[in-house]
Amino acid sequence: MAKFKNIYNNCMNKITSSGVVTRKDLWTYAMLAVIFVAVLVSDSLGLLTRQLTSLLVPVCCYIILAVSLNLTVGFLGELALGHAGFLAIGAYTSTLFSIAVQDTITSVWVRFPLALIIGGVSAGIFGLIIGLPVLRLRGDYLAIVTLAFGEIIKTVATNITVDLSKTTTTSSGAEKVVEQGLFGSAGLKNAPQDSTFIVAFILVVITVAIISNLVNSKYGRAITAMRDNRIAAEACGINITYHKILTFVISAFFAGIAGVLYGHNYTIFKPSTFDYNMSIEILVIVVLGGMGSIRGSIIAAIVLRVLPELLREFSDYRMLAYSILLILLMLINSAPGLAGLRAKLSIKNAYLSIKNKVMKRKTAENGGETHE
Amino acid sequence: MNKSPNKKPKLVPYPSNSFVTERDLDKPPVLETVHLGIDFGGLNAVDDFSILVGRTEISGLIGPNGAGKTTVFNLLTNVYQPTRGNIMLDGYSTAGKTVAQVNKMGIARTFQNIRLFSNMSVIENVMVGLHNRMPGESLLSSITHLFGFSKAEKEAREMAIDLLSFFNMQDLASANAGSLPYGAQRRLEIVRALATNPKILLLDEPAAGMNPSETHELMENILRIRDTYNIAIMLIEHDMNLVMNICEGICVLDHGKVIAKGTPDDIRNDPKVIEAYLGKKR
Amino acid sequence: MTFLATLVNGLSLGSIYALIALGYTMVYGIAKMLNFAHGDIIMIGAFSIFTCITSLKLPAILAILIAIVLCTILGITIEFLAYRPLRKAPPLAVLITAIGVSYFLQNIVLLINKLSNKTTFVFPTNILPDISLKIGSGDNAIIINGNTIFTFIVTAVIMVALTLFINKTKMGKAMRAVSEDKETAELMGISANRTITVTFAIGSALAAVAGLFYGGTVISFNHTLGSMPGIKAFVAAVFGGIGSIPGAMLGGIILGIIEKMAEQYISTSLANAVVFGMLILVLTFKPTGLLGKKINEKV
Repeated sequence: MAKFKNIYNNCMNKITSSGVVTRKDLWTYAMLAVIFVAVLVSDSLGLLTRQLTSLLVPVCCYIILAVSLNLTVGFLGELALGHAGFLAIGAYTSTLFSIAVQDTITSVWVRFPLALIIGGVSAGIFGLIIGLPVLRLRGDYLAIVTLAFGEIIKTVATNITVDLSKTTTTSSGAEKVVEQGLFGSAGLKNAPQDSTFIVAFILVVITVAIISNLVNSKYGRAITAMRDNRIAAEACGINITYHKILTFVISAFFAGIAGVLYGHNYTIFKPSTFDYNMSIEILVIVVLGGMGSIRGSIIAAIVLRVLPELLREFSDYRMLAYSILLILLMLINSAPGLAGLRAKLSIKNAYLSIKNKVMKRKTAENGGETHE
Repeated sequence: MNKSPNKKPKLVPYPSNSFVTERDLDKPPVLETVHLGIDFGGLNAVDDFSILVGRTEISGLIGPNGAGKTTVFNLLTNVYQPTRGNIMLDGYSTAGKTVAQVNKMGIARTFQNIRLFSNMSVIENVMVGLHNRMPGESLLSSITHLFGFSKAEKEAREMAIDLLSFFNMQDLASANAGSLPYGAQRRLEIVRALATNPKILLLDEPAAGMNPSETHELMENILRIRDTYNIAIMLIEHDMNLVMNICEGICVLDHGKVIAKGTPDDIRNDPKVIEAYLGKKR
Repeated sequence: MTFLATLVNGLSLGSIYALIALGYTMVYGIAKMLNFAHGDIIMIGAFSIFTCITSLKLPAILAILIAIVLCTILGITIEFLAYRPLRKAPPLAVLITAIGVSYFLQNIVLLINKLSNKTTFVFPTNILPDISLKIGSGDNAIIINGNTIFTFIVTAVIMVALTLFINKTKMGKAMRAVSEDKETAELMGISANRTITVTFAIGSALAAVAGLFYGGTVISFNHTLGSMPGIKAFVAAVFGGIGSIPGAMLGGIILGIIEKMAEQYISTSLANAVVFGMLILVLTFKPTGLLGKKINEKV
């Protein structure tokens, strides 16, 4: 047993000593790999119902959304309520692009990466536009402005029509109009279905890698320092505005990427989908998974997307359950009066206490000798 | 190796009725303020504050509670924008600069009420201070953890350990900053400020809450910082023993105005200072 | 004449926003938190008036009183259960809790509605006395209906009463003290908790009144009735300078006029975008709002 532990520790140290990957991230990647293999295996064995298969890409979208929102909410400590707005921008710009070039660029392997760049960058640009004026604001103001921004995007999208419909001739010679493009409140119609689970999963891995790398760098330290004590961070020479906007733009960029996946998966969607409720749903995932925990966001995204589908008959209670969950989590996590309860419920503490007990027993067995 | 805290420096007059130590005379002053002042809603919180700090001088800012000492620090670091006057740091005006820019120009500070990043480890706190000294770690290398990332991180880590070992804190590197004992938190704040490579270090009540032996150690450490890094140090302190022992120039504030400037001996015998602290003789 | 009519409509809507914004601004000024659930108390107010009149066939005045009492109790309960334990918690935690409370209220009402298989309701229009004012004659005449007139009068009376309350009474003085500095106020023997409770009570009672008028404006409503006016009233409070009572009033009225003008002259569906765009502009150029004061952070 001890031998295995030694081998394990040696391996871990070798991998992590270069500083490229931290031990915590290694676990995250391992978890992602296990999930990926599990999905592929159960799919090939025919264990996935149609309902579950149709959830694969959306779950990946939500993982990307949650991980990217966690960067703003968990690490930067600012509440942004407009994440659905960035998702919408990514979805609309990229699908319109794909529809427009569908006939010129026929290869998905060229078209989809371009769509990703377009969706991500346009969401990022909007992140910059909205970030420049409002990130000087703090806390509640930022929350309300990002919320307002999400609503503006939704309202504007409802008022835009980009008709890219084509007339095709069917085999029988009759002319048929294929409705394509953005039709105001009726939404976007008939984008090419370019998203696949494999692509979505690769994007999840890239998102997780980039965001956890960023968090474990000097930028991540600056961002967390700003959250912990803004005045001290500033006195240490950290440019607050720059780092806030950087975080915000990266977060928006990945929401845009999720939007590209989303748009090329559903192919038909209405602006009203991207409302305030969707932003809140992403927030619930982040809060449930633990603010500042990337692995937590991944797990929570999977659970909160798959569970409601399996428990369809209780769908009326879903949002109610979310709201109660939000309140309870906040009360348990943050209420000063509940610190005792928090300690009792903490998995980490439970683990440590068990470890301590085991150590004590070992020490007793070894006749008081310790290895410390 | 340690210099005796009781060594009396020789002071010579300097233009504009300030003093600098003899050894700094041939170098331009690191900090100069001219008629600095700020009003809070009609109240002159600080008025006509003109000082000059020599390149490697240890200077003290003293005065009764509410005299405006911390306000002066906030003015020097641009937390507050001055209503009047000018601040010259190493020959450059800091007017219109942000707090972060002023730090990059060469002022670092600690806070009266300790402001650590309490959810981060000790070494991470220091590495936040090193932020602007890690040009090797670009945004690209940060998000990929390639392109020289490991090298930059390793160098920064070594630099941080070096700084921490200055205060004999290298063993605490991975401890949580918020869980440190009070004295260690104060020391960590100084290390973090030093990490930003300042030309002048502002210490706001560094000895507050320390016992006499800790205070004595702090005094030696302050001298050691000055001698090792060749920087100027300005401190606000209520512990007169510390101030009189290590400060070469002292400035006394009362009700936002400078009432006396000079060597510890000058200050000790200044009737105005005695009056400010003890009240008027009847 | 369209312009005048639009202006009157805007003033009416603005008065409702002002009523709601008063609640926001008071809670924000004293408890230093953004009560996201404030809008949903309006919804609860509207629903209780609806139930009292349509199902229980109570007289209008009694229905309004019941709604006010119910909302006041609800406001106090929410504050006690959800916000008070978080008094010393980071602002982010309080904000997320408030969002949770808002969702909770909406969904509990939705669930109750689903039990009766009905999710959209028609607000009774015969609550307020049927009076109307006609200005001008012939084609140019503008008819101001009862709802508008009452909204004006009631908002104006409440505004004056509230200003007197804050400035002249002992409780008002306590509120101002807590809003300036909670710790010091407590050292002076003022109970911050009690003051905050009273603030929530007043804000929620105002929300019930706003529910009456807003219900009368939209007629058809459901469990999300409060979210839009809630958010817009917050915009109004920010616009006027959060924490300032005349600011909330001014901000509400300006916002109402902007919204109605945008509906009339730009596009009905873009009106919301215009209102929210205004918020972003105001916060960019005057983050403290029209009548707000700048606060220096203590270092």
